[in-house]
Amino acid sequence: MADTLTPTTSARAVAPAADAAAPARSGTATLSRGARLRAGIRSLGSTGALGLVPFAAYILLFLALPTAIALFTGLVDGDGAFTWSNLAALGDPVVLNTFGNSLWISALTAVIGAVVGALFCYALIGAKPTGALRSVVDAASGVLAQFGGVMLAFAFVATIGIQGMVTVYLRDTFGVDIFADGVWLYEAPGLILPYIYFQVPLMIITFSPALESLKPQWAEATAMLGGSRLSYWRHVGLPVLAPSFAGCLLLLFANAFSSFATAAALTSQGSQIVPLQIRAALTSETVLGRENLAGALALGMIVVMTLVMALYSVLMRRAARWQR
Amino acid sequence: MSASNRLHDIHPGPTRTTRWVIVGVIGALFLIPIVAMIEFTLRKGLGGGYDFSRWAAVFGGQLTGEYKPIFTGLGNSLILAVATVAVMLVLLVPTMVLVRIRFPQLQRVLEFVCLLPITIPAIVIVVGLAPVYSVIARMFGSGVWTLAFAYGVIVLPYAYRSIQTNLAAVDVVTLSEAARSLGAGWPTILLRIVVPNIRRGLLAASFISVAVVLGEYTIAALLNRVNLQTSLVIVSKADPFVSIIFALLALVFAFVLLLAIGRIGRSPRQKASS
Repeated sequence: MADTLTPTTSARAVAPAADAAAPARSGTATLSRGARLRAGIRSLGSTGALGLVPFAAYILLFLALPTAIALFTGLVDGDGAFTWSNLAALGDPVVLNTFGNSLWISALTAVIGAVVGALFCYALIGAKPTGALRSVVDAASGVLAQFGGVMLAFAFVATIGIQGMVTVYLRDTFGVDIFADGVWLYEAPGLILPYIYFQVPLMIITFSPALESLKPQWAEATAMLGGSRLSYWRHVGLPVLAPSFAGCLLLLFANAFSSFATAAALTSQGSQIVPLQIRAALTSETVLGRENLAGALALGMIVVMTLVMALYSVLMRRAARWQR
Repeated sequence: MSASNRLHDIHPGPTRTTRWVIVGVIGALFLIPIVAMIEFTLRKGLGGGYDFSRWAAVFGGQLTGEYKPIFTGLGNSLILAVATVAVMLVLLVPTMVLVRIRFPQLQRVLEFVCLLPITIPAIVIVVGLAPVYSVIARMFGSGVWTLAFAYGVIVLPYAYRSIQTNLAAVDVVTLSEAARSLGAGWPTILLRIVVPNIRRGLLAASFISVAVVLGEYTIAALLNRVNLQTSLVIVSKADPFVSIIFALLALVFAFVLLLAIGRIGRSPRQKASS
């Protein structure tokens, strides 16, 4: 109902002032009606600048400050003096191994998630946007990608745990013991399946807008020039989608790399990935006999994440070319 | 309509069969863990067979003693969900509207800040949050609701996107100028002009915030607070069955919330096309 509050006649009459209100042009103010309005809006603005303060203060206190503290503690010793020695911990074989685990698990699950997710997105092309299929897929993807965490750990214990449904079924029906070489579910490889389980839905969420940006005219043009469906995908579809796909792949990587809850709920011993090592460093003061290791690890994570996300934004800017 | 028949031949999408094979196979694979969770909760102990006794216990209110953390956690998570939505609505919404109307040059900065929590993992923020929260505990006490400040940051990217989509589709500048020319002050513009126009975005942002807060584990666990997820992990060590039942219920609840967001977001377009 409130949608009918779109510009009424009186609003339209002053619409030119909307353009004039752009700050760049305010210098050329004349004493027209528009100018008076502009002055009015500006007086609104003088208190307006104050209006930005609460949010800015909030962001400083709860995002900037914690991040700064986290990174700072990586650079000081126990007495608060500056030191590089914590960062030397990043070269420790144990820590390197953990970063290695985090990187390969993130990369592997990102690639599998991206490919399977893209395939699913392809299957959704042409499905009615308001239809039941899209509604259910959107909601389910949202839940699994953003809500997962602890629940996923439970789900996979129930599925491929020692007494899990699939484990028992394979053992009793086919005589296949998936844990013949030891129980790997609670080790680093055990993270692969749960991670794929949240990566695919995230891919569906982030990649389907890119597929929707494929214009039907391109397919028509291809057909008009005698192209087949295959040549459409080879020469038009895939090249246009490539930057988006690579960007989403990076986002998936970042997502897995920073994920903590699933691993924390699944693995009870050891710190196979970086976030678990940060937990260990936070809860027991001395891991590897070093102070402030959590800060150093956090710094390492931020470096990786910043690289990945910077590349992501470059790719997304390139992808946006076709989404106009 | 005859044109769409002709165009059907060159449609780049999958055929009906291909679509349902892909959706069916991937969908079935993704259902396995959910089915396994349900199967797990129905097991009748070591003897084999199935019954509903555990579900009956959960819904019959027979959970006491060792299951108490779950109810404490659930209560805390609900408080946090409300508090986080309040933080989000009070701090983020006026800022977004203000930037849109008065400071369009800050749009990119705001977007960058709001999407930043995707780049900074929660586990990193937690490292720095511990000292911040020791100060907060001195100022506001150590009530569980204080965690909502941290959660407000976590939900920022999701809330921002939901609201921004809606805000961009409404000509807020013209509306606010019209209101202004009729003598409205800033509170009136915000509450009576802009908010009613973007209430779909606000509702979607609130729902997704609730879903994210109910699923949050990292920050609560490392700051030693009890919420739904941390309590489920604790109880699962003693009794995995009841934890899984609650995890399933939370999952269904979140699914319904997100389904509702989809409906909220779609209804205007449906109206426009009919």
